[in-house]
Amino acid sequence: MTQWIDACAKDDVAEEDVIRFDHAGRTFAIYRSPDDKFYATDGLCTHEKIHLADGLVMDNIIECPKHNGRFDYTTGVAKGAPVCVNLKTYPIKLEGTRVFINIA
Amino acid sequence: MNDVLYPRDYSMLGRDAKRAEEIGLSRAQWYAAPVPRARLKELMKRSDAPAIRDTIIWFASFAITAGFAIYLYPSLWSIPFFLAYGVLYGSSTDSRWHECGHGTAFKTRWMNDVVYHLACFMIMRPPTVWRWSHTRHHTDTIIVGRDPEIAIQRPTKIWGVIGGFFAIGQTKSALKSLYTHTRGKLTDEELTYVPEMERSRVYFVARIWLAIHLSVIALAVYLHSFLPILLVGPLPCMYGAWVYVMTGITQHGGLAEDVLDHRLNSRTVLMNPILRFIYWNMNYHVEHHMFPMVPYHQLPKLYEEMKPYTIPAKTSVVDAYREIIPALLKQIKDPSYAIQRKLPDGVKPLTQSLAAE
Repeated sequence: MTQWIDACAKDDVAEEDVIRFDHAGRTFAIYRSPDDKFYATDGLCTHEKIHLADGLVMDNIIECPKHNGRFDYTTGVAKGAPVCVNLKTYPIKLEGTRVFINIA
Repeated sequence: MNDVLYPRDYSMLGRDAKRAEEIGLSRAQWYAAPVPRARLKELMKRSDAPAIRDTIIWFASFAITAGFAIYLYPSLWSIPFFLAYGVLYGSSTDSRWHECGHGTAFKTRWMNDVVYHLACFMIMRPPTVWRWSHTRHHTDTIIVGRDPEIAIQRPTKIWGVIGGFFAIGQTKSALKSLYTHTRGKLTDEELTYVPEMERSRVYFVARIWLAIHLSVIALAVYLHSFLPILLVGPLPCMYGAWVYVMTGITQHGGLAEDVLDHRLNSRTVLMNPILRFIYWNMNYHVEHHMFPMVPYHQLPKLYEEMKPYTIPAKTSVVDAYREIIPALLKQIKDPSYAIQRKLPDGVKPLTQSLAAE
């Protein structure tokens, strides 16, 4: 089942950056990569539930602001200690100037 | 907070560990200065260049000091070179361990990892265990029972502090750890913060280290010379520790425990360029704790950004010790004592802000 949610405008996310998006009691992170593609993951680090939107995007990596744990936000893969559990990722689609996330 | 019992229980499995969990001091929300996201992004930006430059200078300094020490040994003229080498070996490695452990010193991950493992070996900190202990230190900074890196526990054991300058307790504990890990075990405390999947690495590295240390001793016996053990292993770690202990005590010494605001439990101290090179700018300690993603070479700029929200920095190591020494002495008899810090006008500690809501 798909459940596309209008998350933000494309321009809300700067290139090579991330923003937080909250919906129905859940929190997500929306990324814009250096090659202008959009991605979405769960918003909290799998290590200690810190908001990844306060972190640093470097190429395809998001680094957690608290303990510098790194994930590949395009796949959700944890890249080593202190993060050991992968991030859940979500499909994204673009319609006009809007970014939609499938949270189903 | 009236239920605090003294002396505090600093173990990760004791009374205060349970208390911290129960009253929400563990994994809590901490104050963060409102530095604009755009500026923070600039400051967080990674670069290899500063750390490569510093690491070349670092290696060259090792080569020069060790070279002269070996050349002049056993003459007394070798002593200044051993002392300088010792500071590189036993002190500058603390900051390299720290920065590369955060993965912020270099942009390139493998460079961080190489320097991290090298520094860990020299300062005798098992790399996996210390990576996790430091993670906890950032989650629960100076929260009793949660932070395994509280350097000076109360009541102050003054001989322990003095012995710390020669890494006596540190070396004893490191050798004990090496023995435990080589046997394929972790201590009960380590088990609380090192995840299952990481433990085999601890044992593997310990066995390699043991082989290196035994090789150094064998070389010393073979050469009929103390030189190998003066240059590699516990000895240089001990005779060179004093600088890192001197700077390290300024980080949290005498300040409050169990507060959720790094401005109250951490201290920024202005230092000269030589100390800042050895210490890789960790003197900007409040700034580092609040924003650990900012690399060491950008911390002076972050310090400027955060000035409106922080307590004025101590102007020198001497200035810092003017408040630390009396506080530590007072804490010998009164473990509840802590230096009270006044936040900038209108800025309240997070704990008080929450209580007022």
